[in-house]
Amino acid sequence: MIRVHLPAHLRTIAHIDGEVELELNGTATQRALLDALEERYPMLRGTIREHGTGRRRAFVRFFACEEDLSHEEPDAPLPAPVVAGAEPFLVMGAMAGG
Amino acid sequence: MSGVRVLVGTRKGAFVLTSDERRADWEVSGPHFPGWEIYHLKGSPADPDRIFAAQSTSWFGQLIQRSDDGGKTWQPVGNEFAYEGVPGTHQWYDGTPHPWEFARVWHLEPSLTDPDLIYAGVEDAALFRSNDAGATWQELPGLRGHGSGPKWQPGAGGMCLHTIIQDPRDANRLIIAISAAGAFRTEDGGKTWQAINHGLKSGQIPDPDAEVGHCVHHIARHPQRPDVLFMQKHWDVMRSDDGGDNWYEISGNLPTDFGFVIDVHAHELDTVYVVPIKSDEHHFPPDGRLRVYRSRGGGHEWEPLTAGLPQENCYVNVLRDAMAVDSLESCGVYFGTTGGQVYASADSGDTWAPIVRDLPAVLSVEVQTLP
Repeated sequence: MIRVHLPAHLRTIAHIDGEVELELNGTATQRALLDALEERYPMLRGTIREHGTGRRRAFVRFFACEEDLSHEEPDAPLPAPVVAGAEPFLVMGAMAGG
Repeated sequence: MSGVRVLVGTRKGAFVLTSDERRADWEVSGPHFPGWEIYHLKGSPADPDRIFAAQSTSWFGQLIQRSDDGGKTWQPVGNEFAYEGVPGTHQWYDGTPHPWEFARVWHLEPSLTDPDLIYAGVEDAALFRSNDAGATWQELPGLRGHGSGPKWQPGAGGMCLHTIIQDPRDANRLIIAISAAGAFRTEDGGKTWQAINHGLKSGQIPDPDAEVGHCVHHIARHPQRPDVLFMQKHWDVMRSDDGGDNWYEISGNLPTDFGFVIDVHAHELDTVYVVPIKSDEHHFPPDGRLRVYRSRGGGHEWEPLTAGLPQENCYVNVLRDAMAVDSLESCGVYFGTTGGQVYASADSGDTWAPIVRDLPAVLSVEVQTLP
């Protein structure tokens, strides 16, 4: 079970209260996690990753275990504490906007 | 009893204002989608309880929301706006080619007759259509395929398709406008388009009479006289009497012919409203006095309307989609400012009062006249 912490705007859009918990089959990667998140909450498609390219949006960052995972390969395995549910996978809005 | 619903899009959320037909007391609901830019929201003429909203932020991009209960509750619908084929390039600000990139939805235009059909005008300029109430969107690529697309260049606010006008006589006839490319018309539901900019003159471009490149800010027309169009251009207020084939200037005695909004009275076919702005460099009313100008003769002769509007130290702007009229017997006129006020007149503009104030900067104002 993987815990995902979303920014407030996205929790509002998806009517999520608190963290999201997702079970993944196979290797737990960033891509698999975000695919599963969008499968459960289709309204989040396009808000974290761009439609078409699947690229992380410029002002969105990923963190876990006090590490910046934003530039990890999408198919790289997630850190073990995230896979074990000990640490959440954080989706953050960058310090930008207005 | 009849009434009105005013839909206000702001820099930080949407607001829904309602009143009865007297339009004296207003109930304010919102902010809906707080913190998000709401470029536009508009109700379906075929089903007034169905309202669409364009919601975006720089973090999470574009969403489209739909309400089926008059704005009480909302649900996100489809937000995938994919250009058809290889999008190609348009001009960038520096004149170099720049790839077509979707940025946001500027304007939503629900069908006059089908509650499931809606058009979206987007930046970078293109026209999209949804036949399933916003669940999925398809580009009408003939517009960018007009051939002039590579010459289009963004204005200061981006290269947005901001005006979509349907012809009540023929659903296949649409007029759109793009900043800063100009106006275009289709007769076949969006398959093919022609530029309709003859008579527009723009000193800021190398050929002032060019087929495209004119910075059109907004176009309005009365549904009962579809061939008469009124345009607020970057500079110049213009009119066409032949569906856009030819334009002529009607700026007349306006203190400045720069502005963004233009709208037509609901019943008087030749009564037109604009809000002159000092210049394209300053973007606020001349002398700090907020004045709507009204022409009752279809242009040329304009009278300032000031009663109830601030006449000193007012330096707000009124953006292109931020004026609307209701269709009650005594026509109501509404506009919103970048200072967060929405002003309304229930007597065709003679007197004004703020119906809400201190909102975030207003981006759009639409009105629904309810039975």
